[in-house]
Amino acid sequence: MSMTENTATSLNAAAANSAPTQGGALLSARDIEVAYSGKVALSGVSLDILPNQVTALIGPSGCGKSTFLRCLNRMNDVIPGAKVSGEIMFDGHDILGADIDVVSLRRRVGMVFQKPNPFPKSIYDNIAYGPKIHGLAPNRDALDVIVRDSLERAGLWGEVHDRLKSPGTSLSGGQQQRLCIARAIAVKPDLILMDEPCSSLDPIATARIEELIDELRERYTIIIVTHSMQQAARVSQKTAFFYLGELVETGETDDIFTRPADKRTQAYITGRVG
Amino acid sequence: MTGSEHIVKAMDHELAHLDHVIAEMGGLAERQLEDAVEALVRGDFTLAKKVIAKDVEIDDLESEIAQFVVRFLARRQPMADDLRAIVAGLKIAANIERIGDYAKNIAKRTLVIEDPTQLQSARHAIARMAKVVQEMISGVLGAYIARDVAQAKDVLARDSEVDQLNTSLFRELLTYMMEDPRQISRCTHFLFMAKNLERMGDHATGIAEQVTFIVTGETPREERAKQDASSATVLDSSDSST
Ligand SMILES: Nc1ncnc2c1ncn2[C@@H]1O[C@H](COP(=O)(O)OP(=O)(O)O)[C@@H](O)[C@H]1O
Ligand SMILES: [Mg+2]
Repeated sequence: MSMTENTATSLNAAAANSAPTQGGALLSARDIEVAYSGKVALSGVSLDILPNQVTALIGPSGCGKSTFLRCLNRMNDVIPGAKVSGEIMFDGHDILGADIDVVSLRRRVGMVFQKPNPFPKSIYDNIAYGPKIHGLAPNRDALDVIVRDSLERAGLWGEVHDRLKSPGTSLSGGQQQRLCIARAIAVKPDLILMDEPCSSLDPIATARIEELIDELRERYTIIIVTHSMQQAARVSQKTAFFYLGELVETGETDDIFTRPADKRTQAYITGRVG
Repeated sequence: MTGSEHIVKAMDHELAHLDHVIAEMGGLAERQLEDAVEALVRGDFTLAKKVIAKDVEIDDLESEIAQFVVRFLARRQPMADDLRAIVAGLKIAANIERIGDYAKNIAKRTLVIEDPTQLQSARHAIARMAKVVQEMISGVLGAYIARDVAQAKDVLARDSEVDQLNTSLFRELLTYMMEDPRQISRCTHFLFMAKNLERMGDHATGIAEQVTFIVTGETPREERAKQDASSATVLDSSDSST
């Protein structure tokens, strides 16, 4: 079996035999259940994520979208009282397994949050930090290339190339969010998780991010949580509708927004009383 | 409709308004057809002129619906069945508008034919055909308001009835024209009237397809294409085995 193109170490600390995930999916979640201090927040969720596609997670607040997203990079580990069960196959390994190297998992599964959260450092250092700690750049020149490349892919290079030493926090909200996306890209992830990445942005900055998401799809796989149905319809190829901790319906975005199969999906996306 | 109400109540009102205007428009077109054919059968030129003058009311309602749909799309950004209802509503309004045009055309030809005592039999054949078309129109409007796919399919089934009446009327008119070439010009008008009715039937089936689309998300044509594709697969596999 050939090694994957990825530069970093295998997810599994023991570097066991890596079997391809079934059906061409990049990631397959099976029967995921999450409970916070014994209270079930998410259950019976099975979802395949196809490579180079944008999958939108929609559903009312509190239905478990963020909870599901956090399973995919083991962020629930840091929440006291959170218990996750099920299986998430990714590159031949169960992400939820005890032998998973969480640091290398989080390199391969990047995350962008609702509020842009640049480090209190320069624009350059915001991008350079990840590649440095993951050993992706052998020298300063290589690091410069990664920084420039990431900023270019995030559509930010033209706006910041002459002020790389300014603090990341000096940028506008939309620019800060693109900086966070550049930071996520810099460590060469396979999957990028975005949790309501535009909810604090104005329509122009939102359009820029949406355009960026569409471009990034060529190289990366993206899962985006959004409260805007129109945004889900605009940016995604697949849509999954969550309701009360359950995955109700998943399918082609074109179908979900024109002829959803489930009454609950229909009620939600048309703004009806459930 | 899914039965439950929108959180934004104005959306319910606006969608109900669309149904209302389409029903009004459809009722008007139905009456125009009825009056046009009555004017033809009775040789009532006053009524024919009234039909011609009234067509603008249907045109106006179509413009009103087109404006409403654009505003609704911009303001409400509808999804799923709401989106389908809005898009189908626009198409249905266009279908009804065409039906109105054909009724008006029948009335115009009635004025040109002059002598109302001539070709009584053909006039009654037109009236029979018109009756079927009128039933199709009223049936499909009912199906639209009730979002009733079965009722819409009944309308589709009647289209061949109109086609048959059209063919037999065509033959009848041919015999008149052969018997007496002086009737050719008059008969030609009847031929076009029959053609108008046949086209009205097509528009009624067009509306029936939109009703099915609103309810199921697929038009009967797409369903048929799927069935054709599946039977083609069967044929292909038997071909390859020979
Ligand atoms: N850190 C946490 N501790 C306890 N309960 C939580 C925590 N995070 C989320 N929950 C609960 O889990 C459920 C799902 O929340 P969440 O995944 O944030 O939903 P969404 O992202 O769809 O709004 C909610 O009932 C929420 O209160
Ligand atoms: Mg959330």
